[in-house]
Parts: sequence; C-alpha cells; structure tokens
Amino acid sequence: MTPRLRRGVRLTYDRTRQTHVLLFPEGVLVTNPTAAAVLELCDGERTVPDIVAALGTRYAGVREADVDDVLARLVDRQVVEWT
Amino acid sequence: MDVTQPPLGMLAELTHRCPLHCPYCSNPLELVTRANELSTAQWISVFDQARELGVLQVHLSGGEPLARPDLPELVSHASELGCYVSLVTSGLGLTESRFADLVDRGLAHVQLSVQGADAERANLLAGTKAHDHKLTAARLVKAAGLPLSVNVVLHRANHDQLEGMIALAEQMEADRLELANTQFYGWALRNRDALLPTREQLAAAEPVVRAAIERLRGRMQVVYVLSDYYEPYPKPCMSGWGAQQLTVAPDGTVLPCPAATAITTLSLENVRERPLAEIWYDSESFNAYRGEDWMREPCRTCDRRSVDFGGCRCQAFQLTGDAAATDPVCERSPDRGLVDLILEAPSGASEFVMRGPR
Repeated sequence: MTPRLRRGVRLTYDRTRQTHVLLFPEGVLVTNPTAAAVLELCDGERTVPDIVAALGTRYAGVREADVDDVLARLVDRQVVEWT
Repeated sequence: MDVTQPPLGMLAELTHRCPLHCPYCSNPLELVTRANELSTAQWISVFDQARELGVLQVHLSGGEPLARPDLPELVSHASELGCYVSLVTSGLGLTESRFADLVDRGLAHVQLSVQGADAERANLLAGTKAHDHKLTAARLVKAAGLPLSVNVVLHRANHDQLEGMIALAEQMEADRLELANTQFYGWALRNRDALLPTREQLAAAEPVVRAAIERLRGRMQVVYVLSDYYEPYPKPCMSGWGAQQLTVAPDGTVLPCPAATAITTLSLENVRERPLAEIWYDSESFNAYRGEDWMREPCRTCDRRSVDFGGCRCQAFQLTGDAAATDPVCERSPDRGLVDLILEAPSGASEFVMRGPR
C-alpha cells in the first residue's frame, strides 16, 4: 500500500502565508510543516517505511506511528488515498 | 474587529458573453459589452496582483470563458503563478484540441453546468442546443483525468427531473455534484415568480438528495444548496463580506460578492483605477459590511451572527432597500413578512423570460 494525493489535489507553497497548502476543487487546506514533509513524499510509489526512511535523512527521531497518524488525518480529509 | 485576512479565491468573470440564455442567470440585467472587457494584459495584471495578495483558487467564469480567444494564455499565467485554476463552463465550444491545450497549460478542474436530465428539457432551459455538447465536454474532462464538477441550478421547471440529473452526473462520472436551488439575483430575480420552487417540490427533493449523498459517498460528493426563501435562517453569504473571496467583473469592477452590483448605494472600484490589494484592504465597498461593526439589531447581539454573518447584503438591499438590514429571510428579521408575502403569492407566472443582453 502506497499513499498518494487524490486526483485533482495539488500541494504548493504559498509565499503570502508562508506555508504549504493543499489545493483541490472548491477548497484550500493549510498544512503544518510535518504534514507538508509527508505529503511531498506521497507519490504513489513510496510505502510508509520508505517515507519514514526518507524523512529520517532530513529529521531526527521520525517514527512510523507519527507518519501513520498524519496520513490517517489526510485520508480523513479526502486529500490522500491508498493505492 | 478581526484583522482582515488575505483572500483565498477569486472569481474572474472574463466575459458576460454566453451562448446560453438561461432564465435563472444571476448576472446583472445590464451586461458588460465586449468592447468594455479587460484586455489580456489587464487580466494578466489582475492575476499577478491577486496571487501577490494571497489568492490560491482562481475560477475562470463568465458568461462563457471559452468565448475569450486569450483563454489559453490566461490559464497558463494563473497556473504558473501557483493558483488552482478552475474553468466554469457551459461546455459549448470545448473541443478535444482546445481542451487538451488548456490541460497542458495547467488547468486543474472543470465545472460544467447542466440544465436538465434530457436533451429536450435541457435545450429548452438553455435556449439553445446545448445538451449534447455537455456530454462531450464531460467525456473530455474525464479522459484527461481532471476532476469534474457538475453544477445544476434547480427551479420550478426542472425540480421534477432531479433524479434524472443526479443519474446524468453519475453517468458523466462527476467527482462533485452541486444541486443549487436558484438564488434570486440579476436576471433570475426578474423571473422569480416562474422560477421559485414550490414547497411540494422542495419536500420531494429532500429525501432524493439525502439518499444520493448516502449512496454516492466516496464516489461523488453531492452538495445541496437550499432555497433560502423557505428557510428560517439566511445563508452564510460569501462566508462573510470581504472575508475570503472577491469577484472581478468583465470590465474590471471588483465585487465583494458576484451579485454586488445590485446594491446601487455601494460605490464599487475598478482594477483599471486602483491596485487590487488596496481595493481588498482599504476600499469603502469591501469594508462596508466586513466583520460585525456594521450590524444593527437583531444581528448585532444575535448568537448566529458568526454563523451566517447577517446573511446576504444583496438580498437585504433588493428586498428592503437597505443593504445593512438583516437578510429578510431570517425569521428574526422584522422584514421576514416580505419574504412570506412572496411565498404566499399565487404562483401565477409560469412563463419566464429567457436571458438576453438586457
């Protein structure tokens, strides 16, 4: 199982608000830095362990459970899906 | 008062020209002529200013935005700025090659209008042979892998086809279906007697919509917009005046709400004369009904003022002559009687006047 952005969902950096945002039909979701870091790796190819490993090269103390939590919230918001 | 936030979305009405003649058109009675439309360079400047100001969602609308030959250039530009670009279209004029080009240029999403469940009714309501073009447009959008929203305006002359229109949206594989009862502005207000759904129609629609939302969950998001005249509380219009959205009319007039030209006491400003950011933050028109300071009783102390923001300013003006009045739809408004009179009037008119230039 690999997570990816749902069709029509785009991740972009907003200079005005100085934060990453998710854009989709009729909606804008402001993401915190942790969610943005995870979202950038949701390409439909990487598995959760792959994402944890990739984050581990940039941040200390990345735990799989935390990534699972972030993904669960994004799936609830219907911006990420499992393939 | 809260500090004004940057806008999230902009409705860019590229032109008022449209191949359809829908009787429920919400554009003003007096349309902007082609000669008075903003030029390509002016629209590009509007997009630059909007992005700088914080706009992330751009809806290219009209009229029919495909009537603008420079649409591809405008899509490229807004998309390169990082905006999420939606095309709000009748589908007429959307050929395979034209659409492929728009997708290449970064178009993100298409909203397609649907007038009826079958060609006969749909063409009658659109005032032209439109239905088959919509089926083609929907196929193109899905084939390109873009999300598709189907927009239906509901009124007395198509409520009986509600189930058929939901089935049509399913057949089109829409990701989102908006079923919006007519809101009475512009040309639609002129046809209100003929368009206002009956209480029976609305009662019949309720379980149909509820079942569709349940059945299509996860596949197609179904959004139902109520007929506000029949409701006890007003709609949370624009999520508050000058709070999240702005509209730029074809001639560059900047509107806090798409229908705001209806408020003749409001002095509107134009991007040809003043930067967009100044209009958003400093203009009289955007500050007139921003926040809660403008509210009088019963809104001022109402526990719902942060839920519906006093309702719709345009509707308050149209029905009471005072844009700062409580939306007369509200049962707490002293003017609710005006709405009840409209609902109680025998629905004599069944003929509507098709949309024309005026």
